[in-house]
Amino acid sequence: MAEKTYLQAISDGLRQEMRRDKRVFVIGEDVGVYGGAFKVTLGFQEEFGPWRVIDSPLSETAIVGGCTGAALMGLRPVAEMQFADFVSCAWDQLVTVSAKQRYRAGTPVPIVVRLPSGGGFSGGPFHSQNPESSFAHIPGLKCVCPATPEDAKGLIVSAIEDPNPVLFFEHKHLYRRIKADVPDERYTTPIGKARTHRTGDDVSVITWGAMVYTAEEAATRLEEEEDVSVEIVDLRTVMPWDKEAVLESARKTSKILVLHEDTRTGGFGAEIAATIAEEAFEDLDAPVKRIAAPDTPVPFSPPLEKAFIPQVDDVVAGLKELAEY
Amino acid sequence: MATHTAIDVVMPQMGVSVSEGTITKWLKQEGEPIGVDEALLEISTDKVDTEVPSPGEGIVQQILVQEGETVEVGTKLAVIAPDGAEPAAVADVPEPATAQAAAEATAASDAPASTPTSETVEQVRPAAQGASETTAEDASGESSDNGRTFVSPVVARIAAEHGVDPGALAGTGRGGRVTKRDILAFVESGAPAEAAVPAAPAQASTEIAAQAPPPAPEPPAPQAPAPRQAPPPLPAQPAPQPPPAAGELFEPMSAMRRGIAEHMRRSLDTSAHVTTVFEVDLTKVAQIRGRLKSEYAASYGVNLTYLAFIARATVEAIRNWPWLNGEIRGDKIVTKQFINLGIAVALEGGKGLIVPVVKNTEEKNLLGLARAIADVAERARTKRLTPDDVQGGTFTITNPGGWGAIMGTPIISQPQVAILDVEALVKRPVVITDENGGDTIAIRQIMNLCLSYDHRLVDGAYAAQFMKELKQNLEGWDEAAY
Repeated sequence: MAEKTYLQAISDGLRQEMRRDKRVFVIGEDVGVYGGAFKVTLGFQEEFGPWRVIDSPLSETAIVGGCTGAALMGLRPVAEMQFADFVSCAWDQLVTVSAKQRYRAGTPVPIVVRLPSGGGFSGGPFHSQNPESSFAHIPGLKCVCPATPEDAKGLIVSAIEDPNPVLFFEHKHLYRRIKADVPDERYTTPIGKARTHRTGDDVSVITWGAMVYTAEEAATRLEEEEDVSVEIVDLRTVMPWDKEAVLESARKTSKILVLHEDTRTGGFGAEIAATIAEEAFEDLDAPVKRIAAPDTPVPFSPPLEKAFIPQVDDVVAGLKELAEY
Repeated sequence: MATHTAIDVVMPQMGVSVSEGTITKWLKQEGEPIGVDEALLEISTDKVDTEVPSPGEGIVQQILVQEGETVEVGTKLAVIAPDGAEPAAVADVPEPATAQAAAEATAASDAPASTPTSETVEQVRPAAQGASETTAEDASGESSDNGRTFVSPVVARIAAEHGVDPGALAGTGRGGRVTKRDILAFVESGAPAEAAVPAAPAQASTEIAAQAPPPAPEPPAPQAPAPRQAPPPLPAQPAPQPPPAAGELFEPMSAMRRGIAEHMRRSLDTSAHVTTVFEVDLTKVAQIRGRLKSEYAASYGVNLTYLAFIARATVEAIRNWPWLNGEIRGDKIVTKQFINLGIAVALEGGKGLIVPVVKNTEEKNLLGLARAIADVAERARTKRLTPDDVQGGTFTITNPGGWGAIMGTPIISQPQVAILDVEALVKRPVVITDENGGDTIAIRQIMNLCLSYDHRLVDGAYAAQFMKELKQNLEGWDEAAY
């Protein structure tokens, strides 16, 4: 057990799997000689050689298409999109080929696509997005969004093991900011299981990714200032998502805030809110509330970006409103 | 007939298993004049959608329950005041809405045709101002925010499970709304549920229990219900409900289900049930039916069922055995000169049951009965019954034989004293004795008829003689007479 950053935890999990399983290889723009834009694969090429740590051309289509073919031939590719935003170039390969292959032909496509995502550092509209809901909508794709170093390592291992295409959304804002103890040995974190980040009785927050920390700060403030006890459910996986854990928390507190950094309309929070309304209606003591980014591209300007991404103050206000309802 | 005192309009009882209704539309607004029996509002329940007529003539003084709200049977919905009445009555109303607030609500409902003019509002406003200063302030404070009356889904569920009226609790939520925490604290405090139920709904539930149809004249005053007729009180301390175990699923109980559950339990607690079974040879009826069926369909558009024959023969038999059409009311035996037959109709999927009533069957021949039964059965299945259709039954027939049942011990629909269970018609070998005393085995169409009766009133010999006559009526079917 050693303290590691969120980024080191991902790097660790990846390295362990590559040491353990020769079928695993990484491919992406600048993942080799340069060690990746965020240095997740720093030193990998020295250890595993250029045939398992492949610098690709600037073509997400080629990266995901190549991974899909390699997976069909029995390998376990891990692709890196330099930024999650660029995955749109690989949409066709992911959505038309990878996601459907198993349904059409019965052949599994065990690929992992790593997607450095999220904003909070003035990256602007092309380097800050959280496109998980777009892919959660595609049957055949799995989407994981870890928030803690421990989960990041356990989930990258599960993603590589999984026989289906898995999109691994790693939040850039957490890379070096979040540190925690991570077990040294190999372990897996199940895909599709939520984690109760904090237990509480009065209001529940359902969230994932970097918003777990925003919710935590808000919950601490609310508990200290207003004596309101807040439960935080970290989904960890958006598809498949842990409906039972969410409904259980809804039944417990009867007041739910769904929080995400992605934009509001059609965001995955809408699916969660609708499910709660359908399946836990008689347990609700207040309308299900959503806090999400507004329906615009992510702004460059720091004050605008702050207004765009849900902040602790926004969550505090939302939780207070629910508590007082 | 103009009313001289203010009259309350309450949520009517729409059948024994209906405990609540939803206001779908107010056809008159506050301040508007209304005549007796003129439609005042539209309501909807899980079975019946209908208009509620005004019980008197006057002015709609107050509307207490807004459109879209669901309230218990017996809840006061509106007050009709005599034209030019003193406004004093307003102060007596527990949760008055000021005329202004009501006018605002009406305006917000965006119904230009029925929005009162400012003159109308002015006419009504003095009424609210006539109340004492504090009352008026409290009223406006409450009506300015919907919180006091809004009940969230979870609070509604807990309230139903524990028999608590959330309106009687002090709320700590926004605008005084009762929150989940408020109602749980109340339930956990162990306060008796009845204490929280205000007098009016309690009275209403007694009415349900007695199944007295609201429009029917009340029995004479001295005949106050005897203690044994009073419904069992609501359980003050319901057992805690364990959460679903692995493999179990919870689903909420519908209002109809709760109504049936309460009525069936209460009936067993009230009547001394005995069931007697008679075997009836319907071979002759089957032949007649075979002959008449196409004629009835072609000439009258009526499907001639066995049930119609049995209903007709039952009505004839009841004429001579009137206690089976009677009732115990207090310490009196009530017999009736009319025979209103309840026909139990199962709803789709077997989940739910309603008993529409065919009135005055003593006046109907076979054709009339067949048509009336088909009519109420069809309207029951399509949820088009009116409140009148499900009230006032004096004897009930239930018909599970269609599914092949051959014996049953049905539960009496209170306050009746008997229910006839019609079983499957099956071909059986039976011994027939001819006029010379010789026995032969023949294939006959046999049906079991099971009668559950209340032994408090009806003894075994009385019931058996009634059944014997019913059997004779069917076996020797007299086409000319029926």
